[in-house]
Amino acid sequence: MSEIWDGLVQAFQLIFTFDSEVMSIAGRSLWISAASCVIATAMCIPLGSVIHFNNFRGKSFLVSTIQTLWSMPTVAVGLLVFLFISRSGPLGMFGLLFSPTAIIIGQVILISPLMLGMVISALKGVDKLVSETAVSLGASRVQKAILVIKEARYAIMSALIMGFGRAISEVGLSLMVGGNIYQYTRTIPTAISLETQKGNIELSIALGIILILIALIINIALHMLQRKKA
Amino acid sequence: MALLRIENLGQAYKDAVILTDINLSLERGEVFALIGPTGSGKTTLMKLIDLLTKPSLGSIYFDEVDVTEAESDRLAARRRMSLVQQKPIVFNMNVYDNVAVGLRWRGVAKNSIREKAEHALDLVGMADYAHRDAKTLSGGETQRIALARALVIQPDLLLLDEPTANLDPNSVSKIEEVIEHVIKEHEISVFMTTHDMVQGQRLSHKVGVLIDGQMLQMGKPDEIFNAPQSKEVAEFVGIDNILAGTIEKKDGELADVKVAGGAISAISGFEKGESVYALIRPEDITLSLARDGGSARNVFGGVINKIITLGSLVHIEVDCGFPLFVVLTARSTIDMGLVVGTQVFISFKATAIKVIRRWS
Ligand SMILES: Nc1ncnc2c1ncn2[C@@H]1O[C@H](COP(=O)(O)OP(=O)(O)OP(=O)(O)O)[C@@H](O)[C@H]1O
Ligand SMILES: [Mg+2]
Repeated sequence: MSEIWDGLVQAFQLIFTFDSEVMSIAGRSLWISAASCVIATAMCIPLGSVIHFNNFRGKSFLVSTIQTLWSMPTVAVGLLVFLFISRSGPLGMFGLLFSPTAIIIGQVILISPLMLGMVISALKGVDKLVSETAVSLGASRVQKAILVIKEARYAIMSALIMGFGRAISEVGLSLMVGGNIYQYTRTIPTAISLETQKGNIELSIALGIILILIALIINIALHMLQRKKA
Repeated sequence: MALLRIENLGQAYKDAVILTDINLSLERGEVFALIGPTGSGKTTLMKLIDLLTKPSLGSIYFDEVDVTEAESDRLAARRRMSLVQQKPIVFNMNVYDNVAVGLRWRGVAKNSIREKAEHALDLVGMADYAHRDAKTLSGGETQRIALARALVIQPDLLLLDEPTANLDPNSVSKIEEVIEHVIKEHEISVFMTTHDMVQGQRLSHKVGVLIDGQMLQMGKPDEIFNAPQSKEVAEFVGIDNILAGTIEKKDGELADVKVAGGAISAISGFEKGESVYALIRPEDITLSLARDGGSARNVFGGVINKIITLGSLVHIEVDCGFPLFVVLTARSTIDMGLVVGTQVFISFKATAIKVIRRWS
């Protein structure tokens, strides 16, 4: 019991003294996940729009496939990325394995289905009268799509935050393709799992608290967006 | 050269036929009012004209270009017209942007947008609302913004789907005033739908009556209101007395129309033996307590069957062998002491009756 208590006290000391190791790991986690999120967003908004605004055969099948991929296990994505970027893989010549780039690639693959699915349902959630009114007011197809995306902005931001939440908290993928290299690819989840094994409880607890705080902020943000939408 | 021409237009959703064989044309500067009961297909026709939906049958020409199918032609035509929808919605942005967005989509220069949008807001009396979140506007305010954003693009064709339904009298006259103003100032064509026949009559050059998806009659407003060509139109324009009968005797212009329970004299071009309806507006009938028809050809004695008070007017049903509806003021009803069962006399002139053909 005292071990936990001591760990907790020391963890808060690490956080409030802005311990350089804690801050660098947390910072790395944040920027890697943020980068994944930005890239995934940049892909999912146009792609989701193309899917939403066009009618084609197999559309509903495609959308339900995307939804199935929401719960892709992180290690499965890790394995896939590993196979592609390891030295003998098809993308081996870029030497990406065990780099932040590798983690970002994996996270983008991991969260894209979730974000794509949420973008599509965000666009679907915009009243059909909005499209109709836009067309009536002389919008071209692209102008109409941009307007509908703008009208769906809160729901799309929710998608972005959900994607970020999943990216920052996953561990299996980062471990497999990032390698948990000190001061290079070590992120909050990988550090926690490693430091706990090494008996470095206070560092783990400190990082855990930060992760919980991030999760809390994400949830508050989501909640506020939901209220704004209504 | 017509600005808008519609040929043999039909619309169906699945099995339900909504519009059948609509033909009409609208000249530049002409105002057309489409009237018809609820569910008759007015909004459906509006959306076809605004090129929001494609018809199942027929063609639409805008400025003599066939815009029935090709999307690029449809967009070009659509940008020259604007629609105020029956239940308009606003975008999730401020009032000014809602009005300006149509101009931006048309690539209008920035400084020109500002000037036009402000002018349009001014026109509908909403200049002070420019920075308000449009979603917070009331129904009547939303209606005005919808009108402003339709006018701001200076359309060649303005489409108004029930522009004043569900508004209080003040808002109605404000909107009508704006519509009349733009009709006069700019030579734009207007196609409007309305439940309000008085509005249709006052604002328009031409009226069409749409019933059950069919354009039953089209013509000058007073033609429609005074000379309906069918029972359905007569009913819709408020002619309460529609009596089925046959021409029994013909003497020059004067005809005796035999109806169930009596015969009435009317002016008619129909021949003896033909099946007709006799239409009599309630306000053309005189009701009195003594038999004093004056010069009226038709005088009947009868008993009051029913009295319905609607505001300051009273609708009275008199049984004189056949039922006839009469309208009186509440004042005279009281003065004459009319109650159900009162013996009265009914009179109307032969010229007050409109005789139309009755099919089958
Ligand atoms: N998308 C649709 N699918 C099926 N039926 C439709 C559709 N749109 C309209 N209808 C039907 O078409 C008929 C005509 O509708 P429309 O809205 O044109 O009537 P309206 O004359 O404008 O009525 P109102 O005066 O109440 O506005 C109605 O019976 C309506 O239910
Ligand atoms: Mg309608």
